[in-house]
Amino acid sequence: MGIDAEGVTTARRYELLGAISDDQRDLIARRLLANAVIEDVHYQAYTPGELVAREYQLQLRHVPIGDLDDAALERLSADGDLFLNLTEMRAIQQYFRAAGREPTDVELETIAQTWSEHCGHKTFRSDVAVYDAGGTLLEEIPNLIKSTIFLATRQLDRPWCLSVFEDNAGVIAFDDDYAICFKVETHNHPSAIEPYGGASTGIGGVIRDPMGTGLGALPVANTDVFCFGPVDMPLTDVPTGVLHPKRVMRGVVAGVRDYGNRMGIPTVNGAVYFDEKYLGNPLVFCGTVGLIPRDKCFNHPKAGDAIVVVGGRTGRDGIHGATFSSGELTHAHETQFSHAVQIGNAITEKKMLDTLIRARDGDLYDAITDCGAGGLSSAVGEMGQELGAEVHLDRVPLKYAGLSYDEIWISEAQERMVLAVPAENVEPILNLFASEDGEATVIGHFGLADRKLRLLYESQVVGELDMEFIHEGLPRSTRRAEWQAQRHPTPPPPEQDDYTDTLKRILAAPNVASKEWIIRQYDHEVQGGSVIKPLVGATHDGPGDAAVIRPVLASNKAVALSVGMNPLLGELDPYQSALHAVDEALRNIVAVGGNLDHTAILDNFCWGRCDRPDLMASLVRSAKACYDAAIAYGTPFISGKDSLNNEFKTESGSNITIPPTLLISAISVIDDAGKCITADAKAAGNFIFIVGRTAAELGGSHYLKVEKLPTGNDVPPVDTAANCRVLKAVQRAIAAGAVRSCHDLSEGGLAVTAAEMAFSGQLGMELNLTAMPVGSTDTHGQRPIPTAALLFGESAGRLLVEVPPESFDTFCRAMGEVPFGELGKVTDTAALVIYGPGGGAKPLIDADVAELKAAWQGTFDW
Amino acid sequence: MATPRALVLRTAGTNCDRETQYALELAGFEAQCVHILRITENPALLDETQLLVLPGGFSYGDDVAAGKILANQLMHHLAEPLTRFVQAGKLVLGICNGFQVLLKSGLLPWAKVDPAAANRDATLGWNDCGQFVNRWVHLRANSDKCVFIGKGEVISLPIAHGEGKFVPRDNSVLETLRAGDQVALRYCDAADNTGGDKANPNGSIDDIAALCDPSGRVLGLMPQPERFVTATQHPTWTRGNGRSLDGLRLFQRAKQALS
Repeated sequence: MGIDAEGVTTARRYELLGAISDDQRDLIARRLLANAVIEDVHYQAYTPGELVAREYQLQLRHVPIGDLDDAALERLSADGDLFLNLTEMRAIQQYFRAAGREPTDVELETIAQTWSEHCGHKTFRSDVAVYDAGGTLLEEIPNLIKSTIFLATRQLDRPWCLSVFEDNAGVIAFDDDYAICFKVETHNHPSAIEPYGGASTGIGGVIRDPMGTGLGALPVANTDVFCFGPVDMPLTDVPTGVLHPKRVMRGVVAGVRDYGNRMGIPTVNGAVYFDEKYLGNPLVFCGTVGLIPRDKCFNHPKAGDAIVVVGGRTGRDGIHGATFSSGELTHAHETQFSHAVQIGNAITEKKMLDTLIRARDGDLYDAITDCGAGGLSSAVGEMGQELGAEVHLDRVPLKYAGLSYDEIWISEAQERMVLAVPAENVEPILNLFASEDGEATVIGHFGLADRKLRLLYESQVVGELDMEFIHEGLPRSTRRAEWQAQRHPTPPPPEQDDYTDTLKRILAAPNVASKEWIIRQYDHEVQGGSVIKPLVGATHDGPGDAAVIRPVLASNKAVALSVGMNPLLGELDPYQSALHAVDEALRNIVAVGGNLDHTAILDNFCWGRCDRPDLMASLVRSAKACYDAAIAYGTPFISGKDSLNNEFKTESGSNITIPPTLLISAISVIDDAGKCITADAKAAGNFIFIVGRTAAELGGSHYLKVEKLPTGNDVPPVDTAANCRVLKAVQRAIAAGAVRSCHDLSEGGLAVTAAEMAFSGQLGMELNLTAMPVGSTDTHGQRPIPTAALLFGESAGRLLVEVPPESFDTFCRAMGEVPFGELGKVTDTAALVIYGPGGGAKPLIDADVAELKAAWQGTFDW
Repeated sequence: MATPRALVLRTAGTNCDRETQYALELAGFEAQCVHILRITENPALLDETQLLVLPGGFSYGDDVAAGKILANQLMHHLAEPLTRFVQAGKLVLGICNGFQVLLKSGLLPWAKVDPAAANRDATLGWNDCGQFVNRWVHLRANSDKCVFIGKGEVISLPIAHGEGKFVPRDNSVLETLRAGDQVALRYCDAADNTGGDKANPNGSIDDIAALCDPSGRVLGLMPQPERFVTATQHPTWTRGNGRSLDGLRLFQRAKQALS
């Protein structure tokens, strides 16, 4: 517009109408309207004094550590928000004593970030000594993750696994030209404090993982899974320092929506769980799938490459994010760590993505990684691990003046990536970014003869560390795990004549009910690859099992994405819970026509403080189940992440710990998208079969929860070998074209699955449970099965399928030896009728399908 | 005839460019995605183009208002070449965010790229529900004039937008648009009934989903035709509904209109 601007500042004006007190006004202004990280609040007309922030004057700060005793070391760790334990502080002290000097602040910060739980995954990489409740040593496990999850992948050794647990995302083959990669992250602590900003930077951050994998992937799909406190909780019950779950949920959904939609990435799959124990610590899992050419799956920075930072500028936002997320939350965190929440701008990231893909295809750089937790510190530290690196911090482009050298180094400002660029390509890449109205800046180079990390500000050295010490100096620790088996009373459920109302209550339960309110806010069709949408059926509003997309528009090859998770079981039996999670994710894949032989899985562990031996033991059990399940189903883990210390300390000093929560995400490559199927019933007269056995156990079921009956420990046991045969049989039947619809049995069991299939297809169903295979594999149905377990039991490894009469024989042949039973038929009566074993005059359930759907849709009809 | 050339205009925040290019290629166009800065540097690129497409997305984050900043760029840097483009009888298609840009730059409703006239007679405001919505809708083709869609058909396409509520300045503008046969698409239900919340996803006045200019060769629409060019994109394809590919046909008719 022809105006020369020296600086620009923006403001928003709100007018509050009505009689409110000053306290209420402050509350509204500071808690609802302003973001304290970047904004001030003024109640009168205000003219900013200085538009341009003052330049920073270098003041090198040393932190005396050499003479500190243990208590002082621990105090330094606590006061400096380093979140390091005494052993680690001692190792740092020794390093600097040997060097004969004191560390600078930026050196301490660099070590603390690299060694943080968030970046270093210390707990999962530690050795574990497992004791029984009596204190007897049962076993010693060296490097927990290597002995479980990594081991399964190594033993399975699938040729289509191209890059696993090495890069920012796991990479598997897609076709001859392309590979796909997948990463799922958590962004829990920031989302607890600032739901909108926390969730949007969560999705923004995980999108950069595929972008920073190999030489850069194009993001093609997002997934999201949330865990919240009960949204109907009275405000007076919400502890100080905690936002009401409904506000958290609205903020998180809006954050994911606004960032994901603006990035032009379809959000295609997800889940939401509610539990009182997520009150202080909501969980926000965000996943991104990327498409990458086969010849761009690996990257290697070379000595002499320029370090180029691209994308957004660096500001004061997000400082201490990595270390902050490695501790537990307290009621005071909301104010103490407000600066730890980053501020996202999707368009900056989109612009960077558009340009990076062009730079990648022009072979302009050798390596790329994202600036996530730990900012430049962790990005440059990782890339330069083998080579050493020199960084001139005063050359980093800033959002505003005044940042100190250490703030620049550890800022987690969003939308930044770091490239290693050969000298001859520096100019072309800077030009390319300029041509797209973007920014790229050379800030140093890789490759120092002494393999050091050297940080300078205005040519003065402000930090110099050995890469070897940063990356290998972390003292190994042994964790103590002590399993405290819990015993809860498990009375048998009461027998009822009629379960129709029970079914409606389960359908309306928040974990089961329709999430259409969320799904419709996400663009799930952008990029044009949509094959199976998150909502399916005659009127596009029934639940789907897994999402399917075609990432390459000119090809019929497809990718299916699903999740499995069951926090209700996590606390009762972490081992069985993990088997259930893997089984559920894979059932969902198979239900849409996925291929179990080309399916990979991802783990995301969210636990409480694992310095508690009982929680450590539950983590060990869960990790072992992951190994067992991956081997049994033949599905390797390709990537994972853990977020520990998800606890909240209330003002009164009590701790709210989340239930052990394992999210399993599955990704499967499908040869022909045109062979996929959906869960909605298709035509009256078709047969309904159940495949898989139903056990008597009801522990952790939604039936017990909804009916407010005591939840016992009796989680339905998972027979992974038998279930794997079930999944493969159903896969065969679908491949043979014998199945018109298929839906997995999970929350709410058979009755919920049948109801969902019926109302999604605008059809009815008449079923009889006589032929339902029951009992675990060991008992072969010897035990009597409670009616509630038949209807609502949540045994794994079961699917309901619709088979047209002409495919009856093909279907039965495909089943082979696996347990399956014909339950009845699809009807055009608009009623769901279920008779108990042996039939009888009166059905257990007789419901109008429209009423069932109304119950399912009513809970989140916001 | 020679294969017609389509140019898909992209800028920061554009995000439906790739699939729009693919849809154009399926329909028989030679299509490329071009950054706005390449066109402002060299407006002659428009001379080699027969169809200009402004695709969906969030140009510049929809800061200020949806499509506003890109519209300003068109008005201040490309008014003359764009006017020439339209007067030559070439086609312009604005989808979703592109429709917003066309309205805010003056290309719609009157095909005049003019800061004084732009965004004066009609605009697209926030959906009545107050938030972004992605779902499939039915649409009735309404105009004899519009070269992109055949009058009388009921077609099916998805919408995905937060600011898609069509609002004319007043009743006389609405009457002029109707009288000029410029209302290209109206939201309706499967049985072709208009009116009601179920059929109209955003509260658009008079159920208007798409508008063309007085020549019928500039079209802006909120639904996204590039998302229905293959059978598996439709939400009920697994139910065996053999629907015609309504999105693809829109691009194919554009090609016919150029031959």
